[in-house]
Amino acid sequence: MEFFVAQILTGLANASSLFLVACGLSLIFGVTRIVNFAHGSLYMIGAYTGYSLMQVLPGAVGFWGAIVVAGLVVGLVGLLIEILVLRPVYRAPELFQLVATFGVILVIQDLALMIWGPEDLLGPRAPGLRGVVRIMGEPIPKYDIALLIITPFVAVALWYLITKTRLGVLVRAATQDREMVGALGVNQSWLFTGVFALGSALAGLGGALQLPKGGADLLMDFNILAPVFVVVVIGGMGSLPGAYLAAIIISVLNVFGVSYLPQSTLVLMFVVMIVVLMIRPYGLFGREEVAGEHGQVGEPERPIKPASNTVRMVVAAGLLVLALLPLYGSHFSLVLITDVLIFCLFAASLHFLLGTGGLVSFGHAAYYGGGAYVAALLVTHVDSQMELAFLLAPFGAGLAALSIGWVCLRLTGVYFAMLTLAFAQLIWSLVFQWGDFTGGDDGLVNIWPAQWLKDTTVYFYFTLVIATSGILILRHVAHSPFGYALRAARDSERQAEATGIDTRKVRLLAFGFAGFMGGLAGALFVFSKGSVFPNELEIARSFDALIVVFLGGVKTLAGGVVGAGFFKGIEELLIRFEYWRLLMGLLIIFVVIAAPDGVVGSLRKGMERVGLRRVEDQ
Amino acid sequence: MGAVLETSGLTRNFGAIMAVDDVSFELRSGELLALIGPNGAGKSTCFNMLMGQLKPTKGRVKLGGEDITGLSPRQVWRKGVGRTFQITSTYSSMTVVENVQMSLLSHHGEILRFLPYATRQYREEALSLLALVNMADQADRHCAVLAYGDLKRMELAIALAHDPKVLLMDEPTAGMAPKERVALMKLTADIVRRKGVSVLFTEHDMDVVFAHSHRIMVLNRGALIAEGTAEDIRNNTTVREVYLGGGTIFADQGGAAHA
Repeated sequence: MEFFVAQILTGLANASSLFLVACGLSLIFGVTRIVNFAHGSLYMIGAYTGYSLMQVLPGAVGFWGAIVVAGLVVGLVGLLIEILVLRPVYRAPELFQLVATFGVILVIQDLALMIWGPEDLLGPRAPGLRGVVRIMGEPIPKYDIALLIITPFVAVALWYLITKTRLGVLVRAATQDREMVGALGVNQSWLFTGVFALGSALAGLGGALQLPKGGADLLMDFNILAPVFVVVVIGGMGSLPGAYLAAIIISVLNVFGVSYLPQSTLVLMFVVMIVVLMIRPYGLFGREEVAGEHGQVGEPERPIKPASNTVRMVVAAGLLVLALLPLYGSHFSLVLITDVLIFCLFAASLHFLLGTGGLVSFGHAAYYGGGAYVAALLVTHVDSQMELAFLLAPFGAGLAALSIGWVCLRLTGVYFAMLTLAFAQLIWSLVFQWGDFTGGDDGLVNIWPAQWLKDTTVYFYFTLVIATSGILILRHVAHSPFGYALRAARDSERQAEATGIDTRKVRLLAFGFAGFMGGLAGALFVFSKGSVFPNELEIARSFDALIVVFLGGVKTLAGGVVGAGFFKGIEELLIRFEYWRLLMGLLIIFVVIAAPDGVVGSLRKGMERVGLRRVEDQ
Repeated sequence: MGAVLETSGLTRNFGAIMAVDDVSFELRSGELLALIGPNGAGKSTCFNMLMGQLKPTKGRVKLGGEDITGLSPRQVWRKGVGRTFQITSTYSSMTVVENVQMSLLSHHGEILRFLPYATRQYREEALSLLALVNMADQADRHCAVLAYGDLKRMELAIALAHDPKVLLMDEPTAGMAPKERVALMKLTADIVRRKGVSVLFTEHDMDVVFAHSHRIMVLNRGALIAEGTAEDIRNNTTVREVYLGGGTIFADQGGAAHA
């Protein structure tokens, strides 16, 4: 019993900073509909800033003052991000803004590295709260008690702000119907800026407040991201009470998980999320998203056509140049192009879902990494031949995609995206924590291709043929009746259903097909590297593909491949510099602002403008 | 003339609200039947139950004698019922002809084919459907740039793609200019005559209703309160009181429709 109470108290204390960060994210999403990936980075800046301030400000007043000031500083950073990066892209296609926030992540990572260095910083203890209190004989850190008391106050203050003040009324109104608020004469841009700054400040507060418990390090941005998204989704996007309750559930569960099921702490969180979404598809306190409310914004996608002879010639010429690479390129360039080709196939498979299907999957790495792991596990455990393992990998990934899709397709929009993310994380945590079978963090090694493929040049040709075929097949399927049906389901589900198209079946098959192709890319990857580690299944890997697809252009068929080729190529070049993330992040932000239709879409428009391309029927 | 579509005791409530209350009627072969009523009378609810978008609380829907109550929109469509929506819903990323081809592909059961180019399938058939609604010259335009009236005609072509026995049209002329309205209904009436389709439609524009329907049903607060020819409805006192609230305006409109 004593132990039980102590566990709950620790859980509640842990919930406090999670709650602050999550309700900031929830507020931002509710009002601006921006999925702010950079929220973890704001939390990280909060922690670092708080740390630095605590070094100069003395005593208890200094400690608490530092936390408040850290919150204010991060609020200011959020203000700047909103004005400089997000404002220019509000009119871009749905979810495009998340690419900009991803650029912000990269920039902040390197800026933090420049300012605070690579070492983990140990958070200072709170003055006057260093010891423990005994509650029912169990030691509870005094700081935990302080957090327990502070959090409800913050929550009540927020509640007051949201329910009793004019700003709160506007925020709630905007959460329910943005257009109406605009129509009633409220200056939306300042409301958005204000809410973004407030949400950021809360993230900063959360970061500073957890210093005595966790300190500050450069990984904390991604580490907090998963739990925060889980909390926001479980609670219901845009709901503060939901975020509070969910933060408590997750934190308490986590504390108990550590004591009773230490191997499954990571899995547990995502299982809870999946269960909640199965029962309440819009979270505990969430509101069903009205269909069409956040449908395709901006101009509709153009009709697609089979490639013209000119395009075919250009592609063939490009392939020929690639095929001749071993004649003029270095060994390094072969390895690099192999990597790029694999990534292009991976991105193209996601683009098929995202562009053609309108299904935003945040967890596509599950199938890429999944395919790699299927092959690697077959080789490791049943000593399978490379050819067989290679062949089975995409089927394994496709099967996984079918089963995950079967569950996720009950939801739509952001909740769908979050559920795909949850499943991807579930698979990642399974692989990570089931060390006996999957090698855990150490990965699986010695997964080499068959004798005839051992040579780098041969494997390059192998990749060139497989990846190119995969990409061409994906492209062709987009033109087939199946691809058209998928687009029909995306453009108007109602019309599709009313003309006999089983949209759920079509989408599910598309999910499986994209998973299959992702798995194929994963299989190519694992045999090119000879090993696979859990990071191929990570959120970051899913985001890599997501970002290049958006940057390439969601509403163009070539967007995925072009984006992948372009940005993977640049990344491989930049990665040699110490602060390559900063450069990459700035480049992403630049492209987002300069080319809101993606690289391909904006090029097309540019060519039409200068008359190089015929303007089609506007 | 036998009944093609028939409802008996069709009822649907949303909580305490009776949206549609015990509605029975039949749509006869080759008939243009209008369903009119004030806003909130239950017309759209009724439509949604016929097409399977909503399940009735009580009552049955029969298509050519076969019970189709509770089937999904997909299944109802396969049985030979076409539908156009009050607010057009089209595949905005496709061309006009591709929109029609989609429906043909679905009709021929070729949705799940991966090999052929979709744009080359049933193009001729789609073009002749478009010719039927005088849209052939716009076949290769991006449908997102069409005028609203043209979209409505395209939707009609789509709804005719699987040679339906019954066509349900929810406010086919809503949002159109008066001239276009008359033209569209005239076109519809023409097609109905030529193809032998039976049409049930809802409409707010009395000119359209009185000029083109063979028979009119009036719905008020979920219940059918009158049924008959244009003449019957015009002279029906209940309809005057309940639906048209007064009678002077109604008389004027009736006169205009006659003229």
